[in-house]
Parts: sequence; C-alpha cells; structure tokens
Amino acid sequence: MTQTIPDTDWAAHLQRVHTHRDQNAFAALFAHFAPRVKGFLIRSGASEPLAEECTQEVMATVWHKAHLFDGSRAGVSTWIFTIARNKRIDALRKQRRPEPEEVTWGPEEEPDQTDVLALQQDTRKLAIALAQLPEKQRILIERAYFADLSHSEIAEETGLPLGTIKSRIRLALERLRHAMQ
Amino acid sequence: MGQINHHLSDQLLIGYAAGALPEAFNLVVATHISLCDECRARLGSFETVGGCLLDSGPAASVASDALVNTLKLIAEGPKEPPKVSRNRAGNVFPTPLHDYAGSDLSAVRWRPMGGGVRQARLATSGAATARLLYIPGGTHIPDHGHRGTEMTLVLQGAFRDETDRFGRGDIEIADQQMQHTPVAEPGAACICLAATDAPLKFNSLIPRIAQPFLRI
Repeated sequence: MTQTIPDTDWAAHLQRVHTHRDQNAFAALFAHFAPRVKGFLIRSGASEPLAEECTQEVMATVWHKAHLFDGSRAGVSTWIFTIARNKRIDALRKQRRPEPEEVTWGPEEEPDQTDVLALQQDTRKLAIALAQLPEKQRILIERAYFADLSHSEIAEETGLPLGTIKSRIRLALERLRHAMQ
Repeated sequence: MGQINHHLSDQLLIGYAAGALPEAFNLVVATHISLCDECRARLGSFETVGGCLLDSGPAASVASDALVNTLKLIAEGPKEPPKVSRNRAGNVFPTPLHDYAGSDLSAVRWRPMGGGVRQARLATSGAATARLLYIPGGTHIPDHGHRGTEMTLVLQGAFRDETDRFGRGDIEIADQQMQHTPVAEPGAACICLAATDAPLKFNSLIPRIAQPFLRI
C-alpha cells in the first residue's frame, strides 16, 4: 500500500458540486474515488461488470446527495465509503438495509469550521496510523472490512491459527486507539 | 434514556460499518445504535477507518466512458426517494424496527410459546433470523438454543442472569458456550429483539463475534 495521505480538499470539490453543479469538480472527485469504489466492490465479491455498474451508481449518488454532506460529521472519503457500503448491501448482498434512527441536529446550520478542521485532522491522523500498522496487522484489518470472509476462512487462506488472527486484529485496533489519543 | 451498560463489540461494529453482516444482525445493530450514543460514535470511528482504507486501498480501473455514463445517470435524476425517519417520543420501537415489526407494539402479531411467553418472527433475508420476544415479569426466558451466536437487545423492561442486569438498550451477545438462565424482572413485561445465526451452526460469523475479548 502506498501511503496516500489526502492533500486535495475534496470537501471543497463536493461543495462546488452542490452549489454550482460544477462538472469539473465532479470529474476530479470521480477520477480519484471511482476506481477506489470499484476496487472496494470487487474485493467485496462483485464481478467486474457489476462493480462497474455499481460504481457509476455510487458516484451518481455522490452528486445527488452532495447537499447532505456535512464536513463536521464525516470526511469525504468516509462519506463516500458509506455510500459504497450501502450499495454493497443493496446490490451485492441484496438485503434490506436497516439504518439507525436519525439524530436531530437542530435547525439546519452551516457546519462549524473548527469542527470541520478537527475532523479533517483526526482523519489524517488515523490514515497515518493505519499506514504505519505492521503489515501483518493491516492486512487482517483490511480483510475484516473488504472481504466477506470469516476469521476461520482467513485462517485457511493464510495458514495462520485462529488465535493469531484474533490477537493481531485486537492489537491493530489498540494501536489505532492509542494513535488517536 | 437510561444508562446503557452492555454494548456492541468492535467486530459487530466493523461488520456493520463494512456492510458484511446478515440482515438480522444489521437490524439489531441499527436498533441498538438508535438508543446508544456511545455505539453511534464508535460506528462513526469505524466508518472513518473504512474511509481511510477506501482512500488508500487498491484502485480498479473504470471503463473509459464511465464518467460520461455517470453524468447520464445523474441527468436522469435521483433514484432513491429521500428517507424520512421520525419517531414519536416514548415509542418502544426505534425507527429501524418499523419496517420489520410495524410502527409500535400494537402492530405485532405475537405467537404464544407457552408460560405466557410470546414471540414474533421478523422477515429478514440470509443466514440469520430475527424475532421479538415478550416475557412476562418474573418469568424465566425459555431455552432459546444458543447453538450459534445470539444477540438479545432489551426494548422494554429488563432481565437478569448470573452475570448482570440488562435494561432498555442493553445488548447481550451469547455464544454456544454460554450457559445462563435469564429471568425477566418482576413488573412490566420484558420485550427483546433477538437475532441468531443458530440454524447454521458453523456459519462464518460465529468465530468472529463469539470471542470474549471482543466484548466490551
């Protein structure tokens, strides 16, 4: 994995999509995120054609829901990840998708810029911590997210005993928590 | 909202964040999060981990006309109608349950199980099943067979077992090793949402959510 720490201000691009229906800003978002969304869907078990179709639908949703993006609650990569995750449940698993009750955030207000910045910093910190995990731990965390594999199936694939896998995932989560303190 | 003492495991939250759980488990997770701000915040963290993994993960090249096709899709307008999920204060059922069990208790079609205990199966797809349980105050919860992993979320009343008390919002995650005899507290009936993957004992989820170290 190359250590890609986000330097582009994707939130500003999304804002331009929302306020100006800016196709250039959308094209930049598309160039960065569409191949990553497709990679996620393929690793989740989608065939190439299904992943392609779903990726285009995910990116269309990004456009249509740009007005719902709130930079004080999630970063752009997190927000797009949840849209791709929802598509995984709808189109790949073909399940209904129960969602938590909405929290009432009071009257619509512009997100506080201090919150937006703090969240961006936290996300960057987490990305660095993830990139710095020992490779063996990082691979297992990635599999817990992307592959639809249980620990026992990972064990068959990697030849690692189940106990080793569990303790590596636990150690990885502890490291991430420590890094975020 | 009372104090919630029993929460979701990291593994279940990762599974929910990544869209990797069976529907019945997603239903219990979404219902618990509707009641629990702490797990809502933890889910946010796990979704952020997912976002970082997406951002740094391997990319797959898209078709050469992908952007053009996407812009055509956009021109067709949004596909999903906007979701409105409002709930009235004091409803026993958080909104995720409404699509499965009706908008409140009065809509539930209970089936007697003996001893005053009732249950209602909820329709979910996939390898796990979900149901509502109604246990009169003071009654033992019948043996509901921990052959696999079972998640039990209290919606009303409370039950106790050898380990602790479980009230509204508390979730118990039990595996096949767990031997316990839960009893509903005297007073109002205890109503729970339960999900299990028991019919498939060797289902993939068992090893990853049954481990004690993953519990809070």
